[in-house]
Amino acid sequence: MRPSLIVRVGVLALLVAFVTQPESFAWAFEPLTRNGQPAIYTQNSLINLTLSHLAIVAVATVCATLLAVGLAVLVTRPFGAEFLPLSRAIANLGQTFPPVAVLALAVPVLGFGTGPTLVALFLYGLLPILENALTGLTTLPPAVTEAARGVGMTGWQRLLDVELPLATPVILAGIRLSVVISVATATIGSTVAASTLGEVIIAGLLTNNVAFIAQGGLVVGIIAVLIYDALTGLEASLLQRTGQRRPA
Amino acid sequence: MVEIDDLTKDYAARRVVDGVSFTVGDGEIAAVVGPSGSGKTTLLRMINRLIEPSSGSVRIDGKDTRAVPPHVLRRGIGYAIQGYGLFPHRTVAQNIATVPRLMGWARARIDARVDALLDLFQLPAAEFRHRMPNSLSGGQQQRVGVARALAAEPNVLLMDEPFGALDPIIRTKAQSDLLAIQRRFGTTIIVVTHDIEEAIHLGSRIAVLDAGKLVQYATPADVIARPATPLVAELIGGDRPFRLLSLGKVVDLVEAGPASGEPIRADASLRDAYAELLWTRRDVLPVIDATGTVVGRIRRDAITVRAGAPS
Ligand SMILES: Nc1ncnc2c1ncn2[C@@H]1O[C@H](COP(=O)(O)OP(=O)(O)OP(=O)(O)O)[C@@H](O)[C@H]1O
Ligand SMILES: [Mg+2]
Repeated sequence: MRPSLIVRVGVLALLVAFVTQPESFAWAFEPLTRNGQPAIYTQNSLINLTLSHLAIVAVATVCATLLAVGLAVLVTRPFGAEFLPLSRAIANLGQTFPPVAVLALAVPVLGFGTGPTLVALFLYGLLPILENALTGLTTLPPAVTEAARGVGMTGWQRLLDVELPLATPVILAGIRLSVVISVATATIGSTVAASTLGEVIIAGLLTNNVAFIAQGGLVVGIIAVLIYDALTGLEASLLQRTGQRRPA
Repeated sequence: MVEIDDLTKDYAARRVVDGVSFTVGDGEIAAVVGPSGSGKTTLLRMINRLIEPSSGSVRIDGKDTRAVPPHVLRRGIGYAIQGYGLFPHRTVAQNIATVPRLMGWARARIDARVDALLDLFQLPAAEFRHRMPNSLSGGQQQRVGVARALAAEPNVLLMDEPFGALDPIIRTKAQSDLLAIQRRFGTTIIVVTHDIEEAIHLGSRIAVLDAGKLVQYATPADVIARPATPLVAELIGGDRPFRLLSLGKVVDLVEAGPASGEPIRADASLRDAYAELLWTRRDVLPVIDATGTVVGRIRRDAITVRAGAPS
Protein backbone atom coordinates (compact mmCIF):
# COMPACT_ATOMS: atom_id res chain seq x y z
CA MET A 1 0.00 0.00 0.00
CA ARG A 2 1.23 3.51 -0.80
CA PRO A 3 2.12 5.64 2.24
CA SER A 4 -0.26 8.43 1.18
CA LEU A 5 -3.14 5.96 1.21
CA ILE A 6 -2.19 4.74 4.69
CA VAL A 7 -2.29 8.32 5.98
CA ARG A 8 -5.73 8.88 4.41
CA VAL A 9 -7.20 5.67 5.80
CA GLY A 10 -5.67 6.44 9.19
CA VAL A 11 -7.17 9.93 9.34
CA LEU A 12 -10.57 8.60 8.29
CA ALA A 13 -10.44 5.84 10.93
CA LEU A 14 -9.50 8.38 13.59
CA LEU A 15 -12.41 10.61 12.56
CA VAL A 16 -14.90 7.73 12.67
CA ALA A 17 -13.55 6.57 16.02
CA PHE A 18 -13.84 10.06 17.46
CA VAL A 19 -17.39 10.82 16.36
CA THR A 20 -18.65 7.40 17.44
CA GLN A 21 -16.72 7.17 20.74
CA PRO A 22 -15.88 10.76 21.70
CA GLU A 23 -15.52 9.88 25.41
CA SER A 24 -12.51 7.69 24.73
CA PHE A 25 -10.69 10.82 23.54
CA ALA A 26 -11.49 12.88 26.62
CA TRP A 27 -7.85 12.74 27.72
CA ALA A 28 -6.80 14.61 24.58
CA PHE A 29 -9.15 17.56 25.22
CA GLU A 30 -8.82 17.75 29.04
CA PRO A 31 -5.75 20.03 28.90
CA LEU A 32 -7.92 22.61 27.10
CA THR A 33 -10.57 22.79 29.84
CA ARG A 34 -10.62 25.06 32.88
CA ASN A 35 -12.30 24.80 36.27
CA GLY A 36 -13.59 21.27 35.75
CA GLN A 37 -15.44 22.05 32.50
CA PRO A 38 -16.52 18.90 30.60
CA ALA A 39 -13.91 17.90 27.98
CA ILE A 40 -16.40 16.34 25.55
CA TYR A 41 -19.67 17.78 24.25
CA THR A 42 -22.50 15.43 25.22
CA GLN A 43 -25.77 17.39 24.87
CA ASN A 44 -26.23 15.85 21.47
CA SER A 45 -24.52 12.78 20.08
CA LEU A 46 -21.57 13.78 17.92
CA ILE A 47 -22.32 11.09 15.37
CA ASN A 48 -25.86 12.42 14.84
CA LEU A 49 -24.61 15.97 14.45
CA THR A 50 -21.97 14.80 11.99
CA LEU A 51 -24.44 12.80 9.91
CA SER A 52 -26.96 15.62 9.90
CA HIS A 53 -24.21 18.09 8.94
CA LEU A 54 -23.14 15.85 6.06
CA ALA A 55 -26.73 15.23 4.96
CA ILE A 56 -27.48 18.96 4.73
CA VAL A 57 -24.29 19.51 2.72
CA ALA A 58 -25.06 16.54 0.46
CA VAL A 59 -28.64 17.59 -0.29
CA ALA A 60 -27.62 21.18 -0.94
CA THR A 61 -24.72 20.12 -3.19
CA VAL A 62 -26.71 17.60 -5.21
CA CYS A 63 -29.47 20.15 -5.85
CA ALA A 64 -26.94 22.88 -6.65
CA THR A 65 -25.10 20.56 -9.07
CA LEU A 66 -28.26 19.60 -10.91
CA LEU A 67 -29.43 23.17 -11.28
CA ALA A 68 -26.01 24.64 -12.11
CA VAL A 69 -25.14 22.01 -14.71
CA GLY A 70 -28.64 22.23 -16.17
CA LEU A 71 -28.36 26.01 -16.46
CA ALA A 72 -24.88 25.80 -17.94
CA VAL A 73 -26.09 23.30 -20.53
CA LEU A 74 -29.03 25.54 -21.47
CA VAL A 75 -27.02 28.71 -21.94
CA THR A 76 -24.35 26.92 -23.97
CA ARG A 77 -26.94 25.63 -26.50
CA PRO A 78 -27.57 27.79 -29.58
CA PHE A 79 -31.06 28.75 -28.35
CA GLY A 80 -29.78 29.86 -24.93
CA ALA A 81 -26.65 31.62 -26.14
CA GLU A 82 -28.15 35.05 -25.43
CA PHE A 83 -28.09 34.27 -21.72
CA LEU A 84 -24.49 33.08 -21.59
CA PRO A 85 -22.93 36.48 -20.71
CA LEU A 86 -25.62 37.10 -18.09
CA SER A 87 -25.08 33.75 -16.40
CA ARG A 88 -21.33 34.34 -16.42
CA ALA A 89 -21.84 37.67 -14.71
CA ILE A 90 -24.11 36.14 -12.07
CA ALA A 91 -21.69 33.30 -11.41
CA ASN A 92 -18.85 35.75 -10.85
CA LEU A 93 -20.81 38.34 -8.91
CA GLY A 94 -22.50 35.85 -6.58
CA GLN A 95 -19.20 34.70 -5.20
CA THR A 96 -18.35 38.15 -3.87
CA PHE A 97 -21.39 37.75 -1.58
CA PRO A 98 -20.47 36.28 1.85
CA PRO A 99 -22.31 33.06 2.81
CA VAL A 100 -23.32 34.52 6.17
CA ALA A 101 -25.26 37.21 4.36
CA VAL A 102 -27.13 34.59 2.35
CA LEU A 103 -28.01 32.88 5.60
CA ALA A 104 -29.16 36.11 7.21
CA LEU A 105 -31.35 36.86 4.22
CA ALA A 106 -32.85 33.35 4.17
CA VAL A 107 -34.02 33.37 7.81
CA PRO A 108 -36.70 36.06 7.50
CA VAL A 109 -38.14 34.17 4.53
CA LEU A 110 -37.85 30.60 5.76
CA GLY A 111 -37.74 30.93 9.53
CA PHE A 112 -35.32 29.04 11.77
CA GLY A 113 -34.19 25.44 11.36
CA THR A 114 -32.63 23.36 8.64
CA GLY A 115 -34.54 25.11 5.83
CA PRO A 116 -32.66 28.41 5.63
CA THR A 117 -29.33 26.61 6.03
CA LEU A 118 -30.14 24.31 3.13
CA VAL A 119 -31.19 27.26 0.99
CA ALA A 120 -28.10 29.24 1.86
CA LEU A 121 -25.78 26.32 1.10
CA PHE A 122 -27.66 25.57 -2.08
CA LEU A 123 -27.56 29.14 -3.36
CA TYR A 124 -23.98 29.66 -2.41
CA GLY A 125 -22.89 26.29 -3.72
CA LEU A 126 -24.57 26.94 -7.05
CA LEU A 127 -22.12 29.57 -8.16
CA PRO A 128 -18.75 27.77 -8.23
CA ILE A 129 -20.41 24.84 -9.97
CA LEU A 130 -22.11 27.09 -12.50
CA GLU A 131 -18.89 28.93 -13.18
CA ASN A 132 -16.92 25.74 -13.72
CA ALA A 133 -19.64 24.10 -15.80
CA LEU A 134 -19.70 27.17 -18.05
CA THR A 135 -15.92 27.07 -18.33
CA GLY A 136 -15.92 23.34 -18.98
CA LEU A 137 -18.57 23.50 -21.67
CA THR A 138 -17.18 26.56 -23.45
CA THR A 139 -13.48 25.68 -23.50
CA LEU A 140 -13.62 22.27 -25.16
CA PRO A 141 -10.91 21.85 -27.82
CA PRO A 142 -12.33 23.46 -31.00
CA ALA A 143 -11.10 20.60 -33.22
CA VAL A 144 -13.04 18.12 -31.06
CA THR A 145 -16.33 20.03 -31.16
CA GLU A 146 -15.83 20.62 -34.88
CA ALA A 147 -15.29 16.91 -35.42
CA ALA A 148 -18.35 16.05 -33.34
CA ARG A 149 -20.48 18.16 -35.67
CA GLY A 150 -18.61 17.01 -38.75
CA VAL A 151 -19.26 13.30 -38.15
CA GLY A 152 -22.98 14.01 -37.95
CA MET A 153 -23.82 13.89 -34.24
CA THR A 154 -27.07 15.59 -33.27
CA GLY A 155 -27.05 18.29 -30.60
CA TRP A 156 -28.05 15.78 -27.95
CA GLN A 157 -25.44 13.27 -29.01
CA ARG A 158 -22.73 15.93 -28.90
CA LEU A 159 -23.82 16.98 -25.42
CA LEU A 160 -24.03 13.50 -23.94
CA ASP A 161 -21.23 11.73 -25.80
CA VAL A 162 -18.65 14.48 -26.07
CA GLU A 163 -19.28 17.73 -24.24
CA LEU A 164 -20.41 16.53 -20.81
CA PRO A 165 -17.87 13.70 -20.50
CA LEU A 166 -15.03 16.06 -21.37
CA ALA A 167 -16.31 18.85 -19.11
CA THR A 168 -16.91 16.54 -16.13
CA PRO A 169 -13.47 16.96 -14.50
CA VAL A 170 -13.82 20.76 -14.61
CA ILE A 171 -17.39 20.55 -13.26
CA LEU A 172 -16.14 18.26 -10.51
CA ALA A 173 -13.57 20.87 -9.50
CA GLY A 174 -16.48 23.30 -9.04
CA ILE A 175 -18.35 20.74 -6.95
CA ARG A 176 -15.27 20.25 -4.81
CA LEU A 177 -15.04 23.96 -4.11
CA SER A 178 -18.74 24.12 -3.42
CA VAL A 179 -18.71 21.15 -1.00
CA VAL A 180 -15.81 22.50 0.99
CA ILE A 181 -17.44 25.91 1.32
CA SER A 182 -20.69 24.18 2.34
CA VAL A 183 -19.03 21.97 4.97
CA ALA A 184 -17.62 25.10 6.57
CA THR A 185 -20.70 27.27 6.09
CA ALA A 186 -23.05 24.63 7.51
CA THR A 187 -21.50 25.26 10.94
CA ILE A 188 -22.97 28.75 10.87
CA GLY A 189 -26.32 27.07 10.25
CA SER A 190 -26.55 26.07 13.88
CA THR A 191 -26.95 29.78 14.77
CA VAL A 192 -30.33 29.51 13.08
CA ALA A 193 -31.03 26.19 14.80
CA ALA A 194 -30.02 23.75 12.10
CA SER A 195 -28.59 20.54 13.51
CA THR A 196 -24.94 20.70 12.45
CA LEU A 197 -21.49 20.43 13.99
CA GLY A 198 -21.60 24.18 14.50
CA GLU A 199 -23.64 23.40 17.61
CA VAL A 200 -20.50 22.07 19.33
CA ILE A 201 -18.45 25.11 18.43
CA ILE A 202 -21.17 27.54 19.50
CA ALA A 203 -21.66 25.71 22.78
CA GLY A 204 -17.92 26.15 23.33
CA LEU A 205 -18.07 29.84 22.51
CA LEU A 206 -21.04 30.41 24.83
CA THR A 207 -19.49 28.60 27.79
CA ASN A 208 -15.95 29.68 27.04
CA ASN A 209 -14.97 26.02 26.64
CA VAL A 210 -11.95 25.75 24.33
CA ALA A 211 -12.22 21.93 24.27
CA PHE A 212 -15.66 22.11 22.60
CA ILE A 213 -14.48 24.67 20.07
CA ALA A 214 -11.46 22.53 19.25
CA GLN A 215 -13.37 19.29 18.80
CA GLY A 216 -16.10 20.88 16.69
CA GLY A 217 -13.54 22.70 14.59
CA LEU A 218 -11.35 19.63 14.19
CA VAL A 219 -14.17 17.38 13.03
CA VAL A 220 -15.40 19.96 10.49
CA GLY A 221 -11.85 20.63 9.32
CA ILE A 222 -10.94 16.98 8.89
CA ILE A 223 -14.19 16.26 7.02
CA ALA A 224 -13.48 19.17 4.67
CA VAL A 225 -9.90 18.02 4.04
CA LEU A 226 -10.93 14.41 3.43
CA ILE A 227 -13.67 15.37 0.98
CA TYR A 228 -11.39 17.81 -0.79
CA ASP A 229 -8.71 15.18 -1.07
CA ALA A 230 -11.07 12.46 -2.31
CA LEU A 231 -12.61 14.72 -4.95
CA THR A 232 -9.17 15.89 -6.09
CA GLY A 233 -8.20 12.28 -6.58
CA LEU A 234 -11.41 11.52 -8.45
CA GLU A 235 -10.84 14.52 -10.67
CA ALA A 236 -7.31 13.45 -11.53
CA SER A 237 -8.44 9.96 -12.40
CA LEU A 238 -11.28 11.35 -14.52
CA LEU A 239 -8.88 13.61 -16.41
CA GLN A 240 -6.79 10.57 -17.11
CA ARG A 241 -9.69 8.34 -18.07
CA THR A 242 -11.08 10.95 -20.45
CA GLY A 243 -7.68 11.19 -22.09
CA GLN A 244 -7.18 14.80 -21.08
CA ARG A 245 -4.09 14.05 -19.06
CA ARG A 246 -1.53 11.38 -19.69
CA PRO A 247 -0.91 8.82 -16.99
CA ALA A 248 2.11 9.83 -14.94
CA MET B 1 -19.67 13.51 -57.90
CA VAL B 2 -19.84 16.89 -56.16
CA GLU B 3 -21.42 19.79 -58.03
CA ILE B 4 -20.86 23.18 -56.47
CA ASP B 5 -23.11 25.80 -57.99
CA ASP B 6 -22.73 29.55 -57.45
CA LEU B 7 -21.94 29.04 -53.77
CA THR B 8 -21.76 32.26 -51.78
CA LYS B 9 -21.28 33.14 -48.12
CA ASP B 10 -21.75 36.58 -46.60
CA TYR B 11 -20.74 37.53 -43.09
CA ALA B 12 -22.34 40.84 -42.21
CA ALA B 13 -21.25 43.03 -45.09
CA ARG B 14 -18.33 40.83 -46.13
CA ARG B 15 -18.57 38.26 -48.92
CA VAL B 16 -16.03 35.56 -48.00
CA VAL B 17 -17.02 33.05 -50.68
CA ASP B 18 -18.22 34.63 -53.87
CA GLY B 19 -20.20 32.71 -56.47
CA VAL B 20 -17.95 29.66 -56.61
CA SER B 21 -18.94 26.91 -59.05
CA PHE B 22 -17.04 23.79 -59.96
CA THR B 23 -17.63 20.08 -60.32
CA VAL B 24 -15.53 17.27 -58.92
CA GLY B 25 -16.04 14.09 -60.91
CA ASP B 26 -16.39 10.64 -59.39
CA GLY B 27 -13.11 9.42 -57.96
CA GLU B 28 -11.35 12.71 -58.59
CA ILE B 29 -9.37 14.74 -56.10
CA ALA B 30 -9.92 18.48 -56.11
CA ALA B 31 -7.20 20.36 -54.25
CA VAL B 32 -8.32 23.79 -53.06
CA VAL B 33 -5.52 26.32 -52.63
CA GLY B 34 -5.36 30.05 -52.05
CA PRO B 35 -3.91 32.61 -49.69
CA SER B 36 -4.89 32.62 -46.02
CA GLY B 37 -8.36 34.08 -45.59
CA SER B 38 -9.36 33.44 -49.20
CA GLY B 39 -12.36 31.34 -48.07
CA LYS B 40 -11.08 27.77 -48.48
CA THR B 41 -12.32 26.50 -45.12
CA THR B 42 -15.62 28.33 -45.47
CA LEU B 43 -16.16 26.77 -48.91
CA LEU B 44 -15.36 23.29 -47.62
CA ARG B 45 -17.63 23.63 -44.59
CA MET B 46 -20.53 24.73 -46.76
CA ILE B 47 -20.36 21.41 -48.60
CA ASN B 48 -21.36 19.42 -45.51
CA ARG B 49 -23.43 22.33 -44.18
CA LEU B 50 -21.32 22.99 -41.12
CA ILE B 51 -21.85 26.48 -42.52
CA GLU B 52 -25.10 27.28 -44.28
CA PRO B 53 -24.49 28.98 -47.63
CA SER B 54 -25.98 32.44 -48.11
CA SER B 55 -26.90 31.39 -51.62
CA GLY B 56 -26.08 28.77 -54.21
CA SER B 57 -26.29 25.03 -53.92
CA VAL B 58 -24.29 21.83 -53.64
CA ARG B 59 -25.31 18.50 -55.17
CA ILE B 60 -23.69 15.25 -54.19
CA ASP B 61 -24.27 12.39 -56.61
CA GLY B 62 -27.04 14.49 -58.10
CA LYS B 63 -28.84 15.10 -54.81
CA ASP B 64 -29.20 18.56 -53.32
CA THR B 65 -27.54 18.68 -49.88
CA ARG B 66 -30.56 20.52 -48.52
CA ALA B 67 -32.76 17.48 -49.17
CA VAL B 68 -31.76 15.83 -45.86
CA PRO B 69 -31.19 17.15 -42.31
CA PRO B 70 -27.59 18.36 -41.84
CA HIS B 71 -26.56 15.66 -39.37
CA VAL B 72 -27.78 12.93 -41.70
CA LEU B 73 -25.96 14.55 -44.60
CA ARG B 74 -22.71 14.69 -42.61
CA ARG B 75 -22.81 11.00 -41.73
CA GLY B 76 -22.60 10.28 -45.43
CA ILE B 77 -19.61 12.57 -46.02
CA GLY B 78 -16.16 11.90 -44.61
CA TYR B 79 -14.60 14.88 -42.82
CA ALA B 80 -10.97 15.15 -41.71
CA ILE B 81 -9.48 18.33 -40.29
CA GLN B 82 -6.23 19.83 -39.17
CA GLY B 83 -5.76 18.95 -35.51
CA TYR B 84 -7.69 15.75 -36.27
CA GLY B 85 -10.31 16.35 -33.54
CA LEU B 86 -10.11 12.82 -32.18
CA PHE B 87 -12.38 12.32 -29.18
CA PRO B 88 -9.83 12.23 -26.35
CA HIS B 89 -12.06 10.15 -24.07
CA ARG B 90 -12.60 7.40 -26.63
CA THR B 91 -10.22 4.67 -27.71
CA VAL B 92 -8.85 4.49 -31.22
CA ALA B 93 -11.43 1.82 -32.10
CA GLN B 94 -14.30 3.85 -30.64
CA ASN B 95 -13.15 6.93 -32.53
CA ILE B 96 -13.06 5.08 -35.83
CA ALA B 97 -16.44 3.47 -35.09
CA THR B 98 -18.14 6.83 -34.50
CA VAL B 99 -20.08 7.19 -37.74
CA PRO B 100 -20.98 3.50 -38.21
CA ARG B 101 -22.32 3.57 -34.66
CA LEU B 102 -24.36 6.70 -35.37
CA MET B 103 -25.72 4.95 -38.45
CA GLY B 104 -26.72 1.94 -36.40
CA TRP B 105 -24.47 -0.69 -37.94
CA ALA B 106 -24.40 -4.10 -36.28
CA ARG B 107 -21.65 -4.62 -33.76
CA ALA B 108 -19.84 -7.33 -35.71
CA ARG B 109 -19.83 -5.25 -38.87
CA ILE B 110 -18.39 -2.26 -37.00
CA ASP B 111 -15.64 -4.36 -35.42
CA ALA B 112 -14.69 -5.87 -38.75
CA ARG B 113 -14.60 -2.45 -40.39
CA VAL B 114 -12.47 -0.95 -37.62
CA ASP B 115 -9.95 -3.76 -37.86
CA ALA B 116 -9.83 -3.50 -41.64
CA LEU B 117 -9.18 0.25 -41.47
CA LEU B 118 -6.51 -0.10 -38.78
CA ASP B 119 -4.84 -2.65 -40.98
CA LEU B 120 -5.11 -0.40 -44.02
CA PHE B 121 -3.45 2.46 -42.13
CA GLN B 122 -0.70 0.21 -40.81
CA LEU B 123 -1.81 0.47 -37.20
CA PRO B 124 -1.84 -3.16 -35.99
CA ALA B 125 -5.31 -3.68 -34.50
CA ALA B 126 -4.13 -5.71 -31.52
CA GLU B 127 -1.81 -2.92 -30.47
CA PHE B 128 -3.85 0.15 -31.34
CA ARG B 129 -7.52 -0.70 -30.92
CA HIS B 130 -7.60 0.12 -27.22
CA ARG B 131 -5.08 2.97 -27.18
CA MET B 132 -6.24 6.46 -26.22
CA PRO B 133 -5.58 9.30 -28.69
CA ASN B 134 -3.21 11.12 -26.34
CA SER B 135 -0.89 8.12 -26.39
CA LEU B 136 -0.44 8.32 -30.18
CA SER B 137 2.13 10.24 -32.21
CA GLY B 138 0.91 13.04 -34.47
CA GLY B 139 1.20 10.86 -37.55
CA GLN B 140 -0.77 8.05 -35.90
CA GLN B 141 -3.48 10.49 -34.78
CA GLN B 142 -3.70 11.81 -38.31
CA ARG B 143 -4.23 8.29 -39.68
CA VAL B 144 -6.90 7.54 -37.10
CA GLY B 145 -8.60 10.81 -38.09
CA VAL B 146 -8.73 9.79 -41.75
CA ALA B 147 -9.76 6.25 -40.80
CA ARG B 148 -12.66 7.71 -38.81
CA ALA B 149 -13.64 9.86 -41.77
CA LEU B 150 -13.68 6.81 -44.06
CA ALA B 151 -15.30 4.39 -41.62
CA ALA B 152 -18.82 4.45 -43.03
CA GLU B 153 -17.52 4.11 -46.61
CA PRO B 154 -18.52 7.59 -47.76
CA ASN B 155 -18.44 8.43 -51.47
CA VAL B 156 -17.12 11.87 -50.67
CA LEU B 157 -14.30 12.89 -48.33
CA LEU B 158 -13.66 16.50 -47.28
CA MET B 159 -10.27 17.36 -45.82
CA ASP B 160 -9.06 20.68 -44.39
CA GLU B 161 -5.28 20.81 -44.26
CA PRO B 162 -5.18 17.21 -43.06
CA PHE B 163 -1.40 16.98 -43.21
CA GLY B 164 -0.64 20.51 -42.05
CA ALA B 165 0.92 19.50 -38.75
CA LEU B 166 3.03 16.58 -39.97
CA ASP B 167 6.76 16.68 -40.54
CA PRO B 168 7.88 16.43 -44.18
CA ILE B 169 8.70 12.71 -44.22
CA ILE B 170 5.49 11.56 -42.52
CA ARG B 171 3.60 14.03 -44.66
CA THR B 172 4.87 12.51 -47.91
CA LYS B 173 3.92 9.09 -46.61
CA ALA B 174 0.45 10.28 -45.59
CA GLN B 175 -0.07 11.75 -49.05
CA SER B 176 0.82 8.54 -50.83
CA ASP B 177 -1.33 6.55 -48.39
CA LEU B 178 -4.23 8.83 -49.22
CA LEU B 179 -3.70 8.35 -52.94
CA ALA B 180 -3.56 4.58 -52.50
CA ILE B 181 -6.79 4.57 -50.49
CA GLN B 182 -8.46 6.90 -52.96
CA ARG B 183 -7.59 4.55 -55.82
CA ARG B 184 -8.82 1.57 -53.87
CA PHE B 185 -12.22 2.94 -52.84
CA GLY B 186 -12.73 5.43 -55.66
CA THR B 187 -13.58 8.11 -53.09
CA THR B 188 -14.19 11.61 -54.40
CA ILE B 189 -12.00 13.94 -52.36
CA ILE B 190 -11.95 17.68 -51.85
CA VAL B 191 -8.81 18.66 -49.95
CA VAL B 192 -7.88 22.15 -48.77
CA THR B 193 -4.17 22.79 -48.52
CA HIS B 194 -1.71 25.63 -48.07
CA ASP B 195 0.96 23.77 -49.91
CA ILE B 196 0.98 24.08 -53.69
CA GLU B 197 3.34 21.13 -53.95
CA GLU B 198 0.80 19.00 -52.10
CA ALA B 199 -1.98 20.25 -54.35
CA ILE B 200 0.01 19.33 -57.46
CA HIS B 201 0.85 15.93 -56.05
CA LEU B 202 -2.65 15.03 -54.87
CA GLY B 203 -5.03 16.90 -57.13
CA SER B 204 -6.63 15.64 -60.31
CA ARG B 205 -7.60 19.28 -60.51
CA ILE B 206 -6.62 22.34 -58.55
CA ALA B 207 -9.11 25.03 -57.52
CA VAL B 208 -7.48 28.36 -56.75
CA LEU B 209 -9.41 30.78 -54.56
CA ASP B 210 -8.57 34.46 -54.30
CA ALA B 211 -10.60 36.69 -52.00
CA GLY B 212 -13.53 34.29 -52.14
CA LYS B 213 -13.57 33.94 -55.92
CA LEU B 214 -12.55 30.88 -57.89
CA VAL B 215 -9.87 32.20 -60.23
CA GLN B 216 -8.80 28.91 -61.80
CA TYR B 217 -9.98 25.32 -61.81
CA ALA B 218 -7.79 23.12 -63.96
CA THR B 219 -5.45 20.15 -63.98
CA PRO B 220 -2.11 20.66 -62.22
CA ALA B 221 -0.30 20.70 -65.58
CA ASP B 222 -2.60 23.45 -66.83
CA VAL B 223 -2.32 25.49 -63.67
CA ILE B 224 1.48 25.32 -63.87
CA ALA B 225 1.67 25.98 -67.58
CA ARG B 226 -1.06 28.58 -67.88
CA PRO B 227 -1.72 30.31 -64.56
CA ALA B 228 -4.93 32.29 -64.94
CA THR B 229 -3.94 35.27 -62.82
CA PRO B 230 -0.76 36.77 -61.39
CA LEU B 231 -1.78 35.37 -58.01
CA VAL B 232 -1.83 31.83 -59.39
CA ALA B 233 1.58 32.38 -60.99
CA GLU B 234 2.87 33.61 -57.67
CA LEU B 235 1.48 30.57 -55.88
CA ILE B 236 3.23 28.27 -58.33
CA GLY B 237 6.43 30.24 -57.84
CA GLY B 238 9.65 30.13 -59.81
CA ASP B 239 10.00 26.35 -59.79
CA ARG B 240 7.61 25.79 -62.67
CA PRO B 241 9.89 23.51 -64.75
CA PHE B 242 10.48 21.28 -61.75
CA ARG B 243 6.83 21.26 -60.77
CA LEU B 244 5.96 20.21 -64.32
CA LEU B 245 8.53 17.43 -64.16
CA SER B 246 7.16 16.23 -60.84
CA LEU B 247 3.88 15.50 -62.63
CA GLY B 248 5.45 13.20 -65.26
CA LYS B 249 6.65 9.65 -64.79
CA VAL B 250 9.81 8.06 -66.16
CA VAL B 251 7.64 5.54 -67.96
CA ASP B 252 6.24 8.37 -70.15
CA LEU B 253 9.65 8.98 -71.76
CA VAL B 254 11.27 5.57 -71.69
CA GLU B 255 12.86 4.50 -74.98
CA ALA B 256 14.91 1.60 -76.29
CA GLY B 257 18.69 1.85 -76.22
CA PRO B 258 21.78 1.26 -74.12
CA ALA B 259 22.57 2.92 -70.79
CA SER B 260 24.80 2.10 -67.85
CA GLY B 261 25.11 2.74 -64.16
CA GLU B 262 22.55 2.86 -61.35
CA PRO B 263 19.05 2.39 -62.89
CA ILE B 264 15.85 4.32 -62.03
CA ARG B 265 12.36 2.85 -61.65
CA ALA B 266 9.78 3.44 -64.32
CA ASP B 267 7.26 4.77 -61.78
CA ALA B 268 9.65 7.42 -60.41
CA SER B 269 8.85 11.03 -61.30
CA LEU B 270 10.69 12.81 -64.09
CA ARG B 271 11.91 15.24 -61.49
CA ASP B 272 13.63 12.46 -59.58
CA ALA B 273 15.13 11.12 -62.79
CA TYR B 274 16.41 14.58 -63.71
CA ALA B 275 17.92 15.03 -60.26
CA GLU B 276 19.64 11.67 -60.56
CA LEU B 277 21.05 12.57 -64.00
CA LEU B 278 22.42 15.87 -62.73
CA TRP B 279 23.82 14.39 -59.58
CA THR B 280 25.63 11.50 -61.24
CA ARG B 281 26.71 13.62 -64.29
CA ARG B 282 25.12 11.24 -66.80
CA ASP B 283 23.10 11.83 -69.98
CA VAL B 284 21.10 8.61 -69.89
CA LEU B 285 19.77 6.31 -67.18
CA PRO B 286 18.73 2.67 -67.48
CA VAL B 287 15.06 2.20 -66.54
CA ILE B 288 13.80 -0.82 -64.61
CA ASP B 289 10.29 -1.99 -63.80
CA ALA B 290 8.96 -3.01 -60.39
CA THR B 291 10.54 -6.46 -60.71
CA GLY B 292 13.98 -5.00 -61.47
CA THR B 293 14.04 -5.94 -65.16
CA VAL B 294 15.60 -3.34 -67.44
CA VAL B 295 12.87 -2.00 -69.74
CA GLY B 296 14.87 0.69 -71.60
CA ARG B 297 16.48 4.03 -70.90
CA ILE B 298 15.65 7.68 -70.37
CA ARG B 299 17.61 10.61 -71.85
CA ARG B 300 18.28 13.97 -70.23
CA ASP B 301 17.39 15.81 -73.43
CA ALA B 302 13.96 14.20 -73.51
CA ILE B 303 13.29 15.36 -69.97
CA THR B 304 14.53 18.89 -70.68
CA VAL B 305 12.01 19.25 -73.47
CA ARG B 306 9.21 18.30 -71.06
CA ALA B 307 10.30 20.96 -68.57
CA GLY B 308 9.79 23.89 -70.92
CA ALA B 309 6.78 26.17 -71.23
CA PRO B 310 4.13 24.80 -73.59
CA SER B 311 4.22 26.48 -76.99
N1 LIG C 1 -17.90 33.26 -38.53
C1 LIG C 1 -17.29 34.23 -39.24
N2 LIG C 1 -17.69 35.52 -39.13
C2 LIG C 1 -17.09 36.49 -39.84
N3 LIG C 1 -16.06 36.29 -40.69
C3 LIG C 1 -15.62 35.03 -40.84
C4 LIG C 1 -16.21 33.93 -40.14
N4 LIG C 1 -15.56 32.81 -40.48
C5 LIG C 1 -14.62 33.18 -41.37
N5 LIG C 1 -14.65 34.52 -41.58
C6 LIG C 1 -13.77 35.28 -42.49
O1 LIG C 1 -13.88 34.71 -43.76
C7 LIG C 1 -12.64 34.74 -44.44
C8 LIG C 1 -12.32 33.36 -44.98
O2 LIG C 1 -12.06 32.49 -43.89
P1 LIG C 1 -11.61 30.99 -44.13
O3 LIG C 1 -11.43 30.39 -42.80
O4 LIG C 1 -12.56 30.35 -45.06
O5 LIG C 1 -10.22 31.20 -44.85
P2 LIG C 1 -9.15 30.12 -45.29
O6 LIG C 1 -8.94 30.31 -46.74
O7 LIG C 1 -9.54 28.76 -44.83
O8 LIG C 1 -7.86 30.63 -44.52
P3 LIG C 1 -6.66 29.78 -43.90
O9 LIG C 1 -5.80 29.38 -45.05
O10 LIG C 1 -5.98 30.78 -43.02
O11 LIG C 1 -7.24 28.63 -43.16
C9 LIG C 1 -11.62 35.26 -43.44
O12 LIG C 1 -11.35 36.60 -43.72
C10 LIG C 1 -12.32 35.12 -42.12
O13 LIG C 1 -11.90 36.13 -41.25
MG1 LIG D 1 -8.72 27.36 -43.44
